[in-house]
Amino acid sequence: MKQHLLPIISNVQVSSRYWHMKIDTTEMNETIEPGQFFHIRCSEGIFPFLRRPFSIYRINKEDDTIEFLYLVKGEGTKDLTRKKPGDTADLLGPLGYGFQLQPECDDILLTARGVGIATLAALAQEAGRKGVRCTAILSARSRDDLLAAETLQDFGAEVHKVTEEEGTSGVDSVESLMRDIINRKNIKALYTCGSRRLSRLNQRLAEEYKLPGEIALEEQMGCAMGACFACVCDLEEDGKQRSVRVCLEGPVFPLEKVVIS
Amino acid sequence: MIAQRNMEVSIGSLSLQNPVMPASGAFGPEMHEALDFNKIGAIIPKSITKHPQPGNDTPRVCETHGGMINSIGIQSKGLDVYLSKTIPEFSAYDVPLISSISAESIDEFCEMSDVLGSHPDIDALELNISCPNLKGDGLAFGMDAEVTRELLTRVRQVTDVPLIAKLTPNVTSIQEIAKAADAGGADALTVANTILAMAIDTETKKPMVGNVMGGLSGPAVKPIMVRMIYQTSQVTDLPIIGCGGIMNGTDAIEMILAGASAVQVGTASFITPTALTDVVQEIRDYMERHDVKNIYDLVGSVEC
Ligand SMILES: Cc1cc2nc3c(=O)[nH]c(=O)nc-3n(C[C@H](O)[C@H](O)[C@H](O)COP(=O)(O)OP(=O)(O)OC[C@H]3O[C@@H](n4cnc5c(N)ncnc54)[C@H](O)[C@@H]3O)c2cc1C
Ligand SMILES: Cc1cc2nc3c(=O)[nH]c(=O)nc-3n(C[C@H](O)[C@H](O)[C@H](O)COP(=O)(O)O)c2cc1C
Ligand code: FES
Repeated sequence: MKQHLLPIISNVQVSSRYWHMKIDTTEMNETIEPGQFFHIRCSEGIFPFLRRPFSIYRINKEDDTIEFLYLVKGEGTKDLTRKKPGDTADLLGPLGYGFQLQPECDDILLTARGVGIATLAALAQEAGRKGVRCTAILSARSRDDLLAAETLQDFGAEVHKVTEEEGTSGVDSVESLMRDIINRKNIKALYTCGSRRLSRLNQRLAEEYKLPGEIALEEQMGCAMGACFACVCDLEEDGKQRSVRVCLEGPVFPLEKVVIS
Repeated sequence: MIAQRNMEVSIGSLSLQNPVMPASGAFGPEMHEALDFNKIGAIIPKSITKHPQPGNDTPRVCETHGGMINSIGIQSKGLDVYLSKTIPEFSAYDVPLISSISAESIDEFCEMSDVLGSHPDIDALELNISCPNLKGDGLAFGMDAEVTRELLTRVRQVTDVPLIAKLTPNVTSIQEIAKAADAGGADALTVANTILAMAIDTETKKPMVGNVMGGLSGPAVKPIMVRMIYQTSQVTDLPIIGCGGIMNGTDAIEMILAGASAVQVGTASFITPTALTDVVQEIRDYMERHDVKNIYDLVGSVEC
């Protein structure tokens, strides 16, 4: 966990609500893992005041760059869109613990909702590198929000898109899609991010099919350094609940342990 | 030759290499990866309670103009874990360790001050008298001058280590409370804790933090803290530790000119993890630029 001031290579709008930013990490000598995140300062002034957390979307070891995919939501992300190539990005990180790909799990299923796709794309990239077969269900409001689907396909993932627009993103239809894929592909692990409803569905199916799984959580953050206790959630272990800090012990947690409120 | 700049300050019998320390609750052991703890004046961990307690509902923070509201509550693993884990973790550093105590009654403040004050690795105690007192209609101890005096008097009887009373700004007259803490036997005053605040999401009509209200910190509160430091310094000779809204060395100097002899930096570390050591360096730069040999030459030197 360190503050890095790094050059921005590009920062472009990729769909009506999403932007993509690429950063030169030549000067940063840290190992970055899929599932980890950076706390980014979106503007210089004191408003917006706090940093914003963003998962790593792509880690390109070959040319020493990383990429972020972000949804323009409020003031912070709006300010981030104003950054130009050559400007400096102020990043704190890499932070937290990322996903774990178990050697015996050679067929995995990812379920992402909205911008949750960003962090799972990094996992798909890693899976592609390790020869792990990857299927992804991507859920969003509209097909326009699913541009990242191509990235996952480039990594070799089989992609299923479901959207509100088309009425295919309801929990019931995602459930039958998941069951079908789990049976057909002999899926060995589940990974999810971006939606409480889909997380609960993943928990239920993981239990039923006895599959291990991981979930990447989002919580409001202050420091992202474990100091302020803003970002807590509960884990259930051995019948007991324990409070954890998402920024420090997560953002990726074992699927079965997370208490989804 | 570069002239010597003396930045050493005293809090009661405790001497600090420089006047900059973290604000309780906005500092943690994990920050050592980004910050050299040995270069700050003292270490203050998050306030500790006697028994473990869970903290408040999420969301626990929200951003406001030039600051943030927190309603963390004192999430705490209790005194036992503090003694076995937190203290050893911090006492590895070469700077004094100040424990911040939060308690539900005066008796509990005494009990905890006795245990922590006699611990060989703890150099001073900061009494967080700004949190709600469950036995006094939810008012903070530090909102009542008489309660503040009694609390300090009683704690003074159980320990000899320097006692810092962390005052609440949510009072009509900070001077009355400061005088009471002084009369009770405090060695220093932290001015001040967060300002009680509230923010509402106009779309959902819901409060922005889970606990409805929370404490405002960050640059937005600084002018209020500068005023309170100034007022406090008019009625007591105790060292004042200025706290609230410091983002850089200039902010720290402003508090020192108002009457503080040390400062605490909290929220700024969330934006810049090296804020504490940056402030130390920027104070030194100021002393260089104004040819100040001793930091005490600046304390309270505002020309009104
Ligand atoms: C570990 C982690 C990884 C994330 N990865 C991505 C990503 O890859 N791409 C992406 O687009 N978004 C991601 N998010 C969500 C992103 O942080 C928020 O969308 C962003 O902070 C919104 O800021 P804003 O000022 O535009 O919006 P506002 O709504 O104005 O923000 C107000 C405050 O709420 C906080 N906030 C708002 N939404 C969220 C949220 N979902 N999670 C946490 N805090 C929030 C902001 O940080 C800010 O403090 C991630 C969140 C976390 C916790
Ligand atoms: C997240 C957070 C947690 C805090 N927890 C405590 C605490 O446990 N005890 C305490 O005395 N003050 C606590 N405070 C108040 C700070 O110590 C400090 O008084 C306040 O934040 C103002 O300083 P700043 O503007 O530099 O942050 C907390 C502040 C924040 C932001
Ligand atoms: S954001 Fe401060 S502890 Fe996680």
